[in-house]
Amino acid sequence: MNKKTRSPLFHIAKRSTLPWYRAWAIRGGALILALLVCAGVTALLTGQNALLLYVTMFKGSFGSARKIWVLLQNIAMLLCVSLAVTPAFKMRCWNLGGEGQVLVGGLASVLVMTLLSPYLPNWLLILAMLAASVLVGAVWAGIPAIFKAQWNTNETLFTLMMNYVATQLVAFYIAYRFPKGTGTMGVINGDTRAGWMPYLFGQQYLLNILIVALVTALLYAYLRYSKHGYEIAVVGESERTARYVGIKVKRVIVRTMLLSGAICGLAGFLLVSGTDHSLSTTSAGGRGFTAVMVSWLAKFNPIWMIFTSFLLVFLGKGASEIASQFRLNESFGDILTGIILFFIIGSEFFIQYKIMLTKSAEKEEKAHD
Amino acid sequence: MKKIIALLLALVMVFALAACGEKPVENNAPAENNAPAEAPAENAVTVKVGFIFLHDENSTYDLNFIKAAEEACKAAGIEYILKTNVPEGQECYDAAAELVDEGCNIVFADSFGHEDYMIQAAKDFPNVQFCHATGTKAHTENIANYHNAFASIYEGRYLAGIAAGMKLNQMIEEGKISAEEAKIGYVGAFTYAEVISGYTSFFLGARSVCPSATMEVTFTGSWYDQALETEGAQKLIDRNCVLISQHADSLGAPSACEAAGVPNVSYNGSTEEAGPNTYIVASRINWAPYFSYIIDCVKNGQAIDTDWTGTFATGSVELFPLNEKVAAPGTQEAIDAAKAALEAGTLHVFATDTFTKDGAELTEYLADVDTDDAFTPDTNVVSDGYFHESENRSAPYFDVQIDGIELLDVNFG
Repeated sequence: MNKKTRSPLFHIAKRSTLPWYRAWAIRGGALILALLVCAGVTALLTGQNALLLYVTMFKGSFGSARKIWVLLQNIAMLLCVSLAVTPAFKMRCWNLGGEGQVLVGGLASVLVMTLLSPYLPNWLLILAMLAASVLVGAVWAGIPAIFKAQWNTNETLFTLMMNYVATQLVAFYIAYRFPKGTGTMGVINGDTRAGWMPYLFGQQYLLNILIVALVTALLYAYLRYSKHGYEIAVVGESERTARYVGIKVKRVIVRTMLLSGAICGLAGFLLVSGTDHSLSTTSAGGRGFTAVMVSWLAKFNPIWMIFTSFLLVFLGKGASEIASQFRLNESFGDILTGIILFFIIGSEFFIQYKIMLTKSAEKEEKAHD
Repeated sequence: MKKIIALLLALVMVFALAACGEKPVENNAPAENNAPAEAPAENAVTVKVGFIFLHDENSTYDLNFIKAAEEACKAAGIEYILKTNVPEGQECYDAAAELVDEGCNIVFADSFGHEDYMIQAAKDFPNVQFCHATGTKAHTENIANYHNAFASIYEGRYLAGIAAGMKLNQMIEEGKISAEEAKIGYVGAFTYAEVISGYTSFFLGARSVCPSATMEVTFTGSWYDQALETEGAQKLIDRNCVLISQHADSLGAPSACEAAGVPNVSYNGSTEEAGPNTYIVASRINWAPYFSYIIDCVKNGQAIDTDWTGTFATGSVELFPLNEKVAAPGTQEAIDAAKAALEAGTLHVFATDTFTKDGAELTEYLADVDTDDAFTPDTNVVSDGYFHESENRSAPYFDVQIDGIELLDVNFG
């Protein structure tokens, strides 16, 4: 016993690929564990009934028809930004500038909405806003893309920095327009509702949701069946291979980033025209970053992303509902979200690797003694 | 094997602890459960109020509203729902609509930026009363079920300013500073009328007892940002400001003052706990009278004022008790005298003979009373020798940059 070197309790080994149902079983298990830990933490820290927490969480998203619409709308917005960053991610080009691209897209919509609303009929105004947002979003992503393609700059840092520039642009615009205000823009065209997306069947969010559903389908087809999609996949696997088979890598990078930015711009347009009718520095609401997780967890598959964005929105809403209903402060909601994300991301580790107890080997030895 | 047992034991302990934690469940959990059992008065409407707050209890501003909401609703024996951390965007509309869905017949929101979304909701739900604090549009929008409210808090600020001036005088008398060094520092949120009105009335109060007082103002560009507020207060202290006050909602400035030993005058809530050795006094708007008023209106089927201004008389403008440990002797007497004069109408906070703008007395001033995007001045509010604050509409519109106050910066967030 003394002679023996102490072996660790367990060791880690890479898994061969898991069948999809086992991978999702692990993810589901992680989620249940996360919810249990959340309940435990809440019970310990606040003395609240754990079961009541889950009921509250569920009610926060599904409590009424309106809540379901809001949930769907939030899913649609997160999904839209996630769809936007996905083609770039698939190409291993880390576009972390979703936040900024959404904001400048929104800002373009706001400008068109305020400046052109007296001159254009509503349908044309909305189309002009859409075009402006998509264009500006694309430009915002195109700048780092050109730098990456031409001079191989680091797109992660570049797109991140562009976020700050975008935030300040929005802050500057608000300060310029409303110098005596409180950093808010207020609703634009509240009386005329010019540039507001129409309500379908009396539902404010329906059109938004349908547009994002359409984009999801289109992007799925684009990545899966088009030549561009194939090129993106090849460049993502290996730039050298891509070059060898004659793919113009620089062009693919710029083209894909433009697409990425354009969809972000669309998200900005949807925020301004479809829901907020206003813009603030926090309008993008961190979606540009949450999108990374949505896209990654879904393995860059737009259809799975519907599910992962649902998951993240549902959990986020649940956490803030708990914080609000139980009179805990906002940070507590963040703590719960943090715990849940920790487990979800952690589950990916267990899908990639397995943990094996070292004991079994030791036991065998003992049996031989 | 031992390791596994140890691990299991640890887990068991964790879960046991969690289980212990679950036992003392007080079933006060969701706010809705606060409904009292009393039967409502004969054939009166059952009132249920939904409240929308920008932040939560960590913000002195929102805490002040939350306390008043609970106080008024409990006193009236009615149901209420609180929604905290509602941003100034579409979320506000959604929150208001959800409150209507849950049966509220009054919906209240507490932040300036909520206004447009409240108006939108008021148009969509004409049978529900929408009340909004600090807003400016109700008197021009002509929506029967949309109302603004504020209080003549500039009078409370003036009284708090007197406490500050008395403290400066004490420091001068004790030889800690010379009369010229009586410089106040002020941490503001935005260059916005409510903030300008607040710091100016505070300054005029201080200068009414300490004539050599001057003031420097820095802005954070946010209603609630602890780091920026701490930084702002520290910057002012480093610039030799000997007394600090603030209009921003975290404990940043009071904590910085306590650390540096600089006297502090607060707003919206007593910060005595954060600064037992530096906190002097705080003024606040007590919202409970307004909440009681709107509850009674709906209960009795009466119309709510489109634009309601609370005063000393309604119990809306209040000063917290002085922190005798820090306040200068005689402060309470000075405050009481000024308050009596304000109430009698013999003293006006913005009396035009007490301040100048660009070296000249103000004889006429067009204020932006009727809100528009461009902040167009539209109404003369100077007459009878004083600036008529909160008379043409409840929300403050005093935005004159008077002499003696230096803005170090502006910040738009």
